[in-house]
Amino acid sequence: MTEQTSFAFNQENAEKAKMHIAKYPDGWQSSAVMPLLDLAQRQNDGWLSTVAMDYVAEMLSMPPIRVYEVATFYTMYNLKPVGKHHVQVCTNLPCWLRGSDAIAGICKKSLGVEFGETTEDGQFTLSEVECLGACVNAPMMQINDDFYEDLDSDSAEQVIEQLKAGKTPKAGSQGVRHTCEPAGGLTSLMHQSNLKGDA
Amino acid sequence: MLDDKDRIFTNIYGLEDVGVIGAQKRGDWDGTKKILELGRDKIIENVKDSGLRGRGGAGFSTGMKWSFMPKEVGERPHYLVINADEGEPGTCKDREIMRHDPHKLIEGALIASFAMGAHAAYCYIRGEFYREAEALERAAQEAYDAGLIGDNACGSGYKFDFYVHRGMGAYICGEESALIESLEGKKGQPRMKPPFPANVGLYGCPTTVNNVESIAVVPEILRRGPEWFAGIGRPNNLGTKLFNISGHVNQPCTVEEEMGIPLKEIIEKHAGGVRGGWDNLMAIIPGGASVPVLPKEICDTVLMDFDSLREVHSGLGTAAIMVMDKSTDIVRGITRLSAFYKHESCGQCTPCREGTGWMWRMMERIATGNAEIEEIDILEGVTRQVEGHTICALGDAAAWPIQGLIRHFRPAMEKKIADAKAGNPKAA
Repeated sequence: MTEQTSFAFNQENAEKAKMHIAKYPDGWQSSAVMPLLDLAQRQNDGWLSTVAMDYVAEMLSMPPIRVYEVATFYTMYNLKPVGKHHVQVCTNLPCWLRGSDAIAGICKKSLGVEFGETTEDGQFTLSEVECLGACVNAPMMQINDDFYEDLDSDSAEQVIEQLKAGKTPKAGSQGVRHTCEPAGGLTSLMHQSNLKGDA
Repeated sequence: MLDDKDRIFTNIYGLEDVGVIGAQKRGDWDGTKKILELGRDKIIENVKDSGLRGRGGAGFSTGMKWSFMPKEVGERPHYLVINADEGEPGTCKDREIMRHDPHKLIEGALIASFAMGAHAAYCYIRGEFYREAEALERAAQEAYDAGLIGDNACGSGYKFDFYVHRGMGAYICGEESALIESLEGKKGQPRMKPPFPANVGLYGCPTTVNNVESIAVVPEILRRGPEWFAGIGRPNNLGTKLFNISGHVNQPCTVEEEMGIPLKEIIEKHAGGVRGGWDNLMAIIPGGASVPVLPKEICDTVLMDFDSLREVHSGLGTAAIMVMDKSTDIVRGITRLSAFYKHESCGQCTPCREGTGWMWRMMERIATGNAEIEEIDILEGVTRQVEGHTICALGDAAAWPIQGLIRHFRPAMEKKIADAKAGNPKAA
């Protein structure tokens, strides 16, 4: 765990923390440990320092070790600094069948790093992840909170190039379809076949 | 093939308004108060009569599960917990419900909670589904604002709260007791049973954990009547079901179909067929990563339901159909699943913690051909040492794909080893 000397929620997150704690019965405020650690991580540029975990522990009256246990058990908590854009490529079976090896390859080439590494400018961290639950839109990757689906090498590279250029690429399917319907046209819910969707 | 009029998820592709107005136009929240007025016992009886079996993988009767909750609410409050920790490789159905048809889930949560005497439901959604959690929060806020849930849900006088709780990346939290532990703010490690959650669940209180799809279909079942749902599918395998078709098909998709639809038919009608034609098929995993793989000759005729797939030593699981054509290195594919289970073992039980590592390393050796033929039998033996020897089913889930591979594709494993010994560079 990397050193950091102080941490406290900003006002917005302090309010959000209160709302999370209020979801759970009296005396069970430790239920809020996961959402509070997530808030802390978001405020702290994507990673959790020891002081941030201690801060959450104190806020919830939990022994710090219980908070460390949680932070080390769940893979979405980053215990060391990560890039501004955390590129997470799924390589599990459904994505692998549709070419995730090529997606992983183009990401490595485009960013100049291997899985588990961060670019020198601190902009990108590249990770290999397990199934992200968008299997009929494989291959896919998640970057921060958004999914990029129906990728091929070209579209994956374009997403990364746009981020490099400071732009916000369109999330979701990078192919011709709206979401998870058959790309060639609807085979059910036929009355919706004239809709393109704007969700 | 299922008729559109019998489809429950009428906005599964998100082509229409996902908000409460759009949802109400599609029939959600219609007569919810009248449904609640049926009373707890009648609601549970109707869900039982519909034949609905849990959509999370195990396929236990949903109505029966609800009936295990104490009849009277004592000092300990009752809870409904919704399992939205969708992480079984191949599975992406609950995601579509939450982002495109969220009001079905929230209305179902109200009805289910009422039927079990619960005044609060926690929906535990996997952390990676950040946008889906946002969509669900938005829908819940709309329902609060419209008085559909809250202190006087749908004007029924019943108080009901709906909370969204995000996970943070642990497959094991899809196991119901691990999910409860996680919701209490701990590591997600499964609990010993008994006691079962219906007696001692969340915060030590009576709790029922149901899958998203199981809850989301309940309002429509009660509106149309249990006989409608029970009139679809085959005996003991009733109703409609969301299927995810991924892998080597021309048009991967999610679709709602009737239970018991032939595997070949659903792929050809909705997914545009197997890449290169049906005869180019090698194998299919029919129900998510945990269920054994089936070779083409079984896929030719098998029906997609609990009992048909169990008869061929596989399972419906989450109804996530992963298609592999003849170009697939199937040994490598199953090895990838073994790596997944090794990564996701929570480490609590020795057979799983150590066994998933053993199985993965042996699979890696075989996949690269760096093994002896006898090791296939040793590997089979290791899977039997893990299966059935752990607190939860993750050990079984890690063992079954390998058992399926050995059962149906042993020659492919042997060829890897033989090729490597013969110095064939294609082996690796």
